[in-house]
Amino acid sequence: MSRADTAPSAASAGKPEASVAAGPVAAGPAGPAAAARAPGSPLRELLRPLGLFRSELVTTFRRWRTLALLLVLMAVPVLVGIAVKIETSDGGSVGGGEGDGPAFIAQVTNNGLFLVFTSLAVTLPFFLPMTVGMIAGDSIAGEAAGGTLRYLLVAPAGRTRLLLAKYATTVVFCVAATLAVALSALAVGALLFPVGEVTLLSGTPVSFGEGLLRTLLIALAVAASLLGLAALGLFVSTMTNSGVTAMAATVGLLITVQIVDTIPQLHAVHPYLFPHYWLSFGDLLRDPVYWDPLLKNLGLQALYVAVFGSAAWARLTNKDITA
Amino acid sequence: MTDAAEAVVETSGLTKRFRGGQVAVDSLELSVPRGSVFGFLGPNGSGKTTTIRMLLGLIEPSGGTARLLGEPMPRAARQVLPQVGALIEGPALYGFLSGRDNLLRYDAADPTADPRTRSTRVSEALERVGLAAAGSKKAKAYSLGMKQRLGLASALLQPRQLLILDEPTNGLDPQGMREIRTLVRELADDGITVFLSSHLLDEIEQVCSHTAVMSRGKLITQGTVAEMSAGARGRLAVTTPDTAEAMPVLKEHGVTDVTVSGDRVTGEMPATDPPDLADLNAALVRADVRVRAFGVERASLEDVFVALTGEGFDVAG
Ligand SMILES: Nc1ncnc2c1ncn2[C@@H]1O[C@H](COP(=O)(O)OP(=O)(O)OP(=O)(O)O)[C@@H](O)[C@H]1O
Ligand SMILES: [Mg+2]
Repeated sequence: MSRADTAPSAASAGKPEASVAAGPVAAGPAGPAAAARAPGSPLRELLRPLGLFRSELVTTFRRWRTLALLLVLMAVPVLVGIAVKIETSDGGSVGGGEGDGPAFIAQVTNNGLFLVFTSLAVTLPFFLPMTVGMIAGDSIAGEAAGGTLRYLLVAPAGRTRLLLAKYATTVVFCVAATLAVALSALAVGALLFPVGEVTLLSGTPVSFGEGLLRTLLIALAVAASLLGLAALGLFVSTMTNSGVTAMAATVGLLITVQIVDTIPQLHAVHPYLFPHYWLSFGDLLRDPVYWDPLLKNLGLQALYVAVFGSAAWARLTNKDITA
Repeated sequence: MTDAAEAVVETSGLTKRFRGGQVAVDSLELSVPRGSVFGFLGPNGSGKTTTIRMLLGLIEPSGGTARLLGEPMPRAARQVLPQVGALIEGPALYGFLSGRDNLLRYDAADPTADPRTRSTRVSEALERVGLAAAGSKKAKAYSLGMKQRLGLASALLQPRQLLILDEPTNGLDPQGMREIRTLVRELADDGITVFLSSHLLDEIEQVCSHTAVMSRGKLITQGTVAEMSAGARGRLAVTTPDTAEAMPVLKEHGVTDVTVSGDRVTGEMPATDPPDLADLNAALVRADVRVRAFGVERASLEDVFVALTGEGFDVAG
């Protein structure tokens, strides 16, 4: 690669200090702190590049748009919970029979914990990844559109470091979005339905405690399912200077891939589509856990992260910043 | 690295050809001496911003090299850029953050900036550009001039060796422009090199020690402002009601390109062996020309600029 790369490394710590001390302004009134670049402890020096990540996190999660996305996600379990409650208030069962409606929905009336699984199953095909696509798509392109990208780069944030901070923040958002659904569902489920011992899909009863633990694992599996899409969105984001375009393109890709995944004639490509194993999280509710699809999902996500992460890096580090 | 005689910005054969084949910057040989206030001039579309973007490592040159503070760009970006403050084609802010939070974010993007003193640095930078009172206001509610000031504040977050300011007074009120001029002078007194592009030529004339002129991607001239202004000879101007009588007298004394407009007669003084102005005036009076005002008007930088880059209003395609 042809550009100065600014990936964090311990070797960066010493050099700028030395040259500044030699500069003419070290003692000048321009020094809002002559100590601005005074070396701290070695640990501080190592952690300093994390400042950008922290700033990125704060900036993203203080944004009204991010909070609105999380609120929308939190509203889904409320709607599902109320719908189930109303439909079953006369003693009937959901959907009037077996196999109708989203996965797990029939068990919700017996155990509020199943509202978490139902809500994740409802949001995972579209809502949840859509929010991730928006955050990932906007990450670089949004900065380019606002012109702030050029100022971050002359700060100098470093192209690699910026990309890492952006991806790490998107990953945190994946977790936050999943937890928003799960925690909201847990609260609504506990409020509207009885909770207690959980009967797994394989018929084995486990304690409520173990049920919660498995729920946490499921939330993590769902969050991990979104990592591939996050990398794809990041790559799209480096391709354009318009945040809206990048968001729309990423969400458009998501929809296309979801459709392709349902066309039987294209079954040859299905195992390589990032959403193909998304619903494998249900296998964590079996005893013993059926690991195969779960691991396949993780492997596929890792592949997408590697491929599109590298592509995003290659693109951003060679891109002319003209916006 | 900080040899006083050395150029702070040095380019050699620097060229940028955009996709589509347009040459925005053509074999630029620029040299900005340390400690100077360097005015970078040129009509719209002449390649100033493109040059600045290459200097800062934002775009890759198609040819040639650029050195900033003696180090090659963009390779040494990480070592060099913390010592360079920049304003590129206007400020860019996060509208949903306050002015203060904008600065905190830009400061956090610099890996060499100490997080423990971040808040003090930001306060002092806000103070310096007169935004201390408006620091907690959301940036989207800022006026154009306030945004410009905030952009300048981000360039002044750290002690810098070089400031690169692309049209820093754009959108500022007269007080704001004055303050920026004062600020630039102060910074220069501290030994900071200031490289600024501007279309306000009297401003360049007031603050800059050196200047360079671009036209259609090429560097036409560079040197000290004094040299530039001296290069263009002033015009002789006589204000008189007797313009018809004045013309032959002036021509007799070797004044060329004599023109009349209203009660003013102007002309070029001869380059070699110019007549003494006192003798010329006496000659006019002897010829019964009633002189109201008389003298050589020094060419402004604007005249020099127009002479170098042409009168046309249309931007080169
Ligand atoms: N991203 C780009 N792609 C193609 N051409 C470009 C691009 N950016 C600039 N140019 C062209 O390069 C030339 C120089 O543009 P530049 O922005 O450097 O001019 P400038 O001197 O800064 O003008 P101004 O005084 O208006 O700011 C122009 O002809 C412009 O059309
Ligand atoms: Mg410009």
